[in-house]
Amino acid sequence: MSDILSIENLTRRFGGLYAVNDVSFTVKENEILSVIGPNGAGKSTLFKLISSFLKPTSGRVMLQGEKISGLAPHIVARKGVVRTFQETTIFRNMTVRENVIIAHHLQSEASLFGYFAGSANARRDVQKFGQSADEILTLLNLESVAYEMASNLPHGSLRALGIAIGLATNARVLLLDEPFAGMNHEETMRTVNMVQGVRDRGVTVLLVEHDMAAVMKISDRIVVLNFGEKIAEGTATEIQNDERVIEAYLGIEDESIGL
Amino acid sequence: MGIEHNSNGGSKAKPAGSSLAATSLKIVGALLFAAFVLIVVPMLINGAERWDLYYTLTSVALLSIASAGVWLTFYIGRINIGQAAYALIGGYVSAILVVDYGVSFWWTLPLAGLTCAAISIFVGLPILRLRGVYFAMVTLVFTEVAKMAALALPITHGASGIANIPLPGALEIFGLTLIPDFNTLENSRYAFYILSVTLMLLCYFMMYRLVNSRMGRLCYSLQQNEELASSIGVNITYLRLVAYAISSFLGGIGGAIFAAISQSVYPSSFAVADSINFMLNCFLGGLGYVLGPMLGTFVLYFGWDWLFQTGKYQLLIFSSVLIALMLILPNGLLSIRLWGKKS
Repeated sequence: MSDILSIENLTRRFGGLYAVNDVSFTVKENEILSVIGPNGAGKSTLFKLISSFLKPTSGRVMLQGEKISGLAPHIVARKGVVRTFQETTIFRNMTVRENVIIAHHLQSEASLFGYFAGSANARRDVQKFGQSADEILTLLNLESVAYEMASNLPHGSLRALGIAIGLATNARVLLLDEPFAGMNHEETMRTVNMVQGVRDRGVTVLLVEHDMAAVMKISDRIVVLNFGEKIAEGTATEIQNDERVIEAYLGIEDESIGL
Repeated sequence: MGIEHNSNGGSKAKPAGSSLAATSLKIVGALLFAAFVLIVVPMLINGAERWDLYYTLTSVALLSIASAGVWLTFYIGRINIGQAAYALIGGYVSAILVVDYGVSFWWTLPLAGLTCAAISIFVGLPILRLRGVYFAMVTLVFTEVAKMAALALPITHGASGIANIPLPGALEIFGLTLIPDFNTLENSRYAFYILSVTLMLLCYFMMYRLVNSRMGRLCYSLQQNEELASSIGVNITYLRLVAYAISSFLGGIGGAIFAAISQSVYPSSFAVADSINFMLNCFLGGLGYVLGPMLGTFVLYFGWDWLFQTGKYQLLIFSSVLIALMLILPNGLLSIRLWGKKS
């Protein structure tokens, strides 16, 4: 597997604080790579840097040899790196199906005016997006709520909708921000299957997550951040046995209280 | 009165099915409405010999064109209190070209709209990044800036404005008279009425198409969540500019015809109060419905006129009713229709 994304010496400073400090790693094509770390480790900042919602203080993000850091977010999305959000960020007052249809934007062939005038391209786009949206909704078990307002969805379905939106963009690299947060075990397992389904469609998945069980189950490789720095990288077993990781998660003083 | 509240209007939330019947019903409805305002209303006015109503209804038509523009900026999630600036600019562009350069009114009409659209791109580029109350404040100031500019610039003839604008001449293309010279007409008020109402119908037809096309959905996605829109690849800066330019174009068109009807334009022709009214028209009619601003303008204009008989209490009653309406019907007058359907 070749590298699709390489993060090179990425640093982002907020005032005197290094939110992300000299982080480097690569993402291989079609793998599921998780970024984990304690609260405030800089995971979300890292995601914003990769999707170009933030500009790095130094360092760069390369997509198959092309520099994407510093570009506008919609250009980065156009190049195939799409981020879904930590909060359940969706288009609340649209139906579930409309949410997914609108997310096909990058595949449109017609211009704005074409849509307005109803050109042949526009009609073809609209039909294609509808079909593709229905497929995605079926894949993620959302077809029963397709015509529900997105704001009425329960928590679990909202996450699924977030992933559906990401899928609809036809991204090559999908950044999922805490896809399992706030879910019970059953919901998490269902979502794990979803994410694997997404990968099976040829998408590279990069995810930030707190739920260790899910991360260990799903990830091909794991990158661990602590205080903005990368402290470990490897497979689930390697990470579980890494002393620096254990130290970061359990803290050194745990020894003194007899853990 | 959050913008987020104006839910499902304009969107087609139903599963596919009787859409063909619904479409033909809409077309029939639109044609009936056009026939009503273009044929029946003039007949009624002539019958009752209430010629003054032509002027009133023409005003409603023009104000509702400008309000449609404001509505579109609401649709991308921006509170626009600057439409009077564009109406003023449109009025001046047309008046200056007609009076000082002898250009035919019919050419100045699109030019007024395009000038406003061009200006709105320069204004919009920096300010459209702002959201909520900040954007609203800047546009409010912009209305005042336009007035000050009209007072100060030599080309606008300062405080005395431009009076004695001739009535629109004939519009001829290849020797074919499309629109007769308004001076030769017995009743230029009737001609202005037909012109304004036709443009209003055209404007709302276009708006309806826009909102129900994918472009409209994209605009709506901006209102819902700009960050997400950007992350699915929508060029939000560009889309915001396009919507704002269309909005300002409509403001300019409305202002230009207003100047032609009143045959004059002054720095105070369109002021902050007008900007606020354009916004209120949208609120009143319903931010979720394309036809909202049209109904809102009509009700607001006639409501205000009708309350004139209450004398010094006019403003008090007017504002109280407006506040009550916004509390009871936060989604505007047109939301009543939906309630009826559901129950």
